[in-house]
Amino acid sequence: MVAADRIYLREAPAKLLPAPVASTGVVGWVRANLFSSPGNIALTIICAALIVWIVPPLLRFFFFDAVWSGADREACLPSAQNPEPGACWAFIRAWSSYFTYGFYPLGERWRVDLFFFLLAFGIAWLAWLGAPRRDIGAIYFFIVLPILSYVLLSGVPIIGLPDVPTSLWGGILVTIVVATVGIVASLPLGILLALGRRSEMPAVRLFSVTFIEFVRGVPLITVLFMASVMLPLFVPDRLAPDKLVRALIGVALFASAYMAEVVRGGLLSIPRGQYEAAQALALPYWRMMALVILPQALRVTLPNIVNTFIGLFKDTTLVFIVGIFDFLRTIEAARGDPHWATPITSVTGYAFAAVFYFVCCYGMSRYSRNVEARLARAHRR
Amino acid sequence: MTNPSSGTDGEKTGWAVEISALNKWYGDFHVLRDINLTVARGERIVICGPSGGGKSTMLRCINRLEDWQRGRVVVDGKDLTDDPKQILAVRRDVGMVFQQFNLFPHLTVLENCTLAPIWVRHMPKKDAEELAMRFLRRVRIPEQAQKYPVRLSGGQQQRVAIARALCMSPNIMLFDEPTSALDPEMVKEVLDTMVELAGDGITMLVVTHEMGFARQVADRIIFMAEGQIVEINEPKAFFEHPQHERTRLFLQQILH
Repeated sequence: MVAADRIYLREAPAKLLPAPVASTGVVGWVRANLFSSPGNIALTIICAALIVWIVPPLLRFFFFDAVWSGADREACLPSAQNPEPGACWAFIRAWSSYFTYGFYPLGERWRVDLFFFLLAFGIAWLAWLGAPRRDIGAIYFFIVLPILSYVLLSGVPIIGLPDVPTSLWGGILVTIVVATVGIVASLPLGILLALGRRSEMPAVRLFSVTFIEFVRGVPLITVLFMASVMLPLFVPDRLAPDKLVRALIGVALFASAYMAEVVRGGLLSIPRGQYEAAQALALPYWRMMALVILPQALRVTLPNIVNTFIGLFKDTTLVFIVGIFDFLRTIEAARGDPHWATPITSVTGYAFAAVFYFVCCYGMSRYSRNVEARLARAHRR
Repeated sequence: MTNPSSGTDGEKTGWAVEISALNKWYGDFHVLRDINLTVARGERIVICGPSGGGKSTMLRCINRLEDWQRGRVVVDGKDLTDDPKQILAVRRDVGMVFQQFNLFPHLTVLENCTLAPIWVRHMPKKDAEELAMRFLRRVRIPEQAQKYPVRLSGGQQQRVAIARALCMSPNIMLFDEPTSALDPEMVKEVLDTMVELAGDGITMLVVTHEMGFARQVADRIIFMAEGQIVEINEPKAFFEHPQHERTRLFLQQILH
């Protein structure tokens, strides 16, 4: 065997060719995702057309042609420089403190600001899964914060915080208060109702089923009307709770009935074996629920729970029906201001409201996606 | 088998488990017919028989996972009544291992084991973890302690389940077909763990079809069919001279 006898076709390895352009990079992605089949091509073209049709006018309205400053309606009327004015942000700016605080007295508005800060702090503490001492965070959020908020917002004259009747509250303040109370109250109440519905005690079960089915069978508006109109018929005026409190109770009860069904769905998904294993370890009922069943049930229903929260957040706008000035109602009121009466004032107001609700709801939705992904990862560690 | 001090008054007797005239119906279906059984402390009982014969149901009556209509079950001298306190008292000292493992998927292996010691026995977390690690070493999977159950093989999961039950320092261990849901190559590791456990003198009641295990470990074998105890005997006699036709038939089928 001599090397010279061998015939080589090639003396060096062939150079590596780059991957074909048509299947990688931008071109490849576009081909694979946008133009892979006739149906896909048609959809791509339709979507592109929709984007071209919708996005530029929106951008023009919201940004390019928008009026950012001005003292009154003159600024937002068509003029030589701006023949087709977009959103009248000047109007929002002029009314922004009303949108935030309602008629809350000027000198006391720092209390509302402080409340917003304390609430944001509590939410951040609980929402950030890696935060230190989240158990204290929960105590702060569910016990300390409600008391503090009540003291701050409603006032305790003895410690130098004058009373602010809830009829003066309004705007984002009311929306946030109603939504937060609804969310914070509905989850524990909903869990209790869901457990009650599956209870072995007939009285508890009957109560839970009746409550859930009754509340679910009635529109929120009816619940609010009953809370604000019918309650005073039975309770003397002096004893009747505050109008806002009544609405809060109505919203919380309404939301908890829905939450109960969501939680029940989660409970149904837990296999019997989990209950039996917990029972065999001598865990008493509430420990079993708190340590074994609910953590799993709430985990699987997290998307539905957040979905209910989002629905609740938007439903809070209905409290205007019983004469409470929530955020949307303040916009309603402000758009009638003759100083700012222009063809676009109302549109601007509603656009602003839409952006506000969207940001809040989308934030909740993103957060829940985040938590889901994190929980899924943790399980597969 | 030697009888310890007798007595059936429900107070501390020598018996680990006393079942008398136990009857249970699912609707019209009579699952347990007049079961009478006493198990001495430290005794190892294997229960076998065709499926649907009431083996698991009887086992699950011992920690009251199943309710019954007539009869009496006394565990460790504690009469199992409807009283929830009494039921919890019995369950604290009776460990159970299930066919489907039933580990808690949202907790790590270690947390699975420490849950009951911390929340039922009120043990400090650190002590509970030490205890859990001791039992995890015994079932030879200490290195899996920080993992979640889904990451473990079936055999490993079942061994965790055994460790979890042992962490409550039970006097009695119930095994409900512990190897039936396992792939064949994992059966041995679980059986080995159980054989080791049997050497410790803990009272064991095992529902299983593993006749090799029964022969090696059992003090008595119980054959159940149609909700009745057909035959109770020591392993040698049970396999070599089954008394009843039904037992012979079953053994033929299961031993080929």
